[in-house]
Amino acid sequence: MLTKLTNWSRLKSPWILHLNTGACNACDIEVVAALTPRFDVERFGILLKATPRHADVIVCTGPATRQMKDRLVRIYEQTPDPKFVIAVGACAMSGCVYRGAYNVLGGIDQVIPVDVYVPGCPVRPDAVIDGVVKLLNKLKG
Amino acid sequence: MKFQIPIGPQHPALKEPISLRMTVEGEIIREADIRLGYNHRGLEKLAEQRTWIQNIYLTERICGICSHSHTTCYVQGVEKLMELEPPKRGLYIRTLVAELERIHSHLLWLGVAGHEAGFDSFFMYTWRDREIVMDILEIISGNRVHYGINTIGGVRRDLDDGQVKHILDSLEILRKRSEYYKNLGTTEPSFVARLAGVGYLSKEDAIALCAVGPTLRASGVPMDVRKDDPYAVYGEIPFEVCTADTCDVLGRTVVRIQELFQCYNIIEYLLKNLPAGPVAVRAPRRAKPNEVVSRYEAPRGENIHYIKSNGTDKPERLKVRAPTLGNYAATIKMLKNGFIADVPLIFAAIDPCICCAERAVSLVDVRTGQEKIISMNALKQLSLKISAGKVRKREAEWPL
Ligand code: SF4
Repeated sequence: MLTKLTNWSRLKSPWILHLNTGACNACDIEVVAALTPRFDVERFGILLKATPRHADVIVCTGPATRQMKDRLVRIYEQTPDPKFVIAVGACAMSGCVYRGAYNVLGGIDQVIPVDVYVPGCPVRPDAVIDGVVKLLNKLKG
Repeated sequence: MKFQIPIGPQHPALKEPISLRMTVEGEIIREADIRLGYNHRGLEKLAEQRTWIQNIYLTERICGICSHSHTTCYVQGVEKLMELEPPKRGLYIRTLVAELERIHSHLLWLGVAGHEAGFDSFFMYTWRDREIVMDILEIISGNRVHYGINTIGGVRRDLDDGQVKHILDSLEILRKRSEYYKNLGTTEPSFVARLAGVGYLSKEDAIALCAVGPTLRASGVPMDVRKDDPYAVYGEIPFEVCTADTCDVLGRTVVRIQELFQCYNIIEYLLKNLPAGPVAVRAPRRAKPNEVVSRYEAPRGENIHYIKSNGTDKPERLKVRAPTLGNYAATIKMLKNGFIADVPLIFAAIDPCICCAERAVSLVDVRTGQEKIISMNALKQLSLKISAGKVRKREAEWPL
């Protein structure tokens, strides 16, 4: 009964944490744009949260830089279970143009497990929403 | 009693990874320190391994908000190196995209300022109107953020009459909306009370600390690369440099709103006087050995690229000085003796773009407080280790 309730609430209102791990800002802006009136993800109950301890879903943008790696792991550990990670943008998927640079690890999945990949450079806000919805479907099934 | 408060790299008040460390006495900030490097990706090194054309797309990805600024700055420099003269129509379209970018960046900033001041409906309003600009940019270039419109010797896409009409129609809506923001931003009592007097930066300090862009202009210094050292077609466009003399966050807001109106005028002028002809000329593959400094007035201030060529099809060195870096020193000054509650507002007021500014190579372990400045040599070792085994095209020297 209780698990059913938590599952239901998680599906109806996933809280996300937006984390920039070295992105060029474009993907971040598009993630924020998804919250604003044109796209308005809040109608699906998706809320942007400020701290990892409140979040269910970590939305990562950017290739993992060496400097951010430890912090990324730390933030992942701070997020309460069950947690999900969405890699937003070509950077978070594989490193994009920065692949091969000395300070870039190339893709979030080198550091933490990723559930959903959203391609694009930068992603469109609609793609971000699609990614979150796909994740929700995954939770359901 | 003094306390140290670390903020960041992941923090609700910051949108990008940066770490501020403040020493406070009660509510008053006595010392402030900015730690960089979370977003450092090694772009300048990467640029040395790419061809001139590939580097356009690399410099575009320095920053997602002022992507056109970086490409234009880079492309202008390369055109000087290759002694190319882009056609007029190409320059007009390049300037048009630059001004559209300025509008979207300023609207974005206004929203963020509203958000930091606790005025979230303002944030939602400006971001809704920003979508109009994003639509125009998408129509012109095919992408919302990274336009990829610049190429060496001109631009890649032409405008047609339908697009021109669409832009002019949208401008009308934007003008009306901006009029509303102007009234709101300058007369709404609670908003003004929150912004006025916060983050004071005197004219002398602004000059001494090399502030750039709206931060500098809000301290009463009329400096704008578009006027002082005209590039592209700015020499023939009538426009004004907007300043304010309140030296605080309110002044920075007013300057940006006024600049919006200038942008609308510039765009209207550009579209009404659009010359006919080709949009680009063919560029050679190689550039003669030479060096060049290119300046550009990005939405956040003066952007400088230094490019050195050595006769091959790749640059020998690309150095980027983004506007945010120029404003860091001034930010520390503004934070000092202010309240903790003002930190997000002051910091947002320079419109920081951390990914732009991440050229520093000082590594800091925030948790242990240990500071490690990696020497250029150690860094070179590291980069050598990574690229070991790969075929190296050319013996690159670390250029310092
Ligand atoms: S995927 Fe592209 S737009 Fe997104 S952060 Fe990376 S370079 Fe920037």
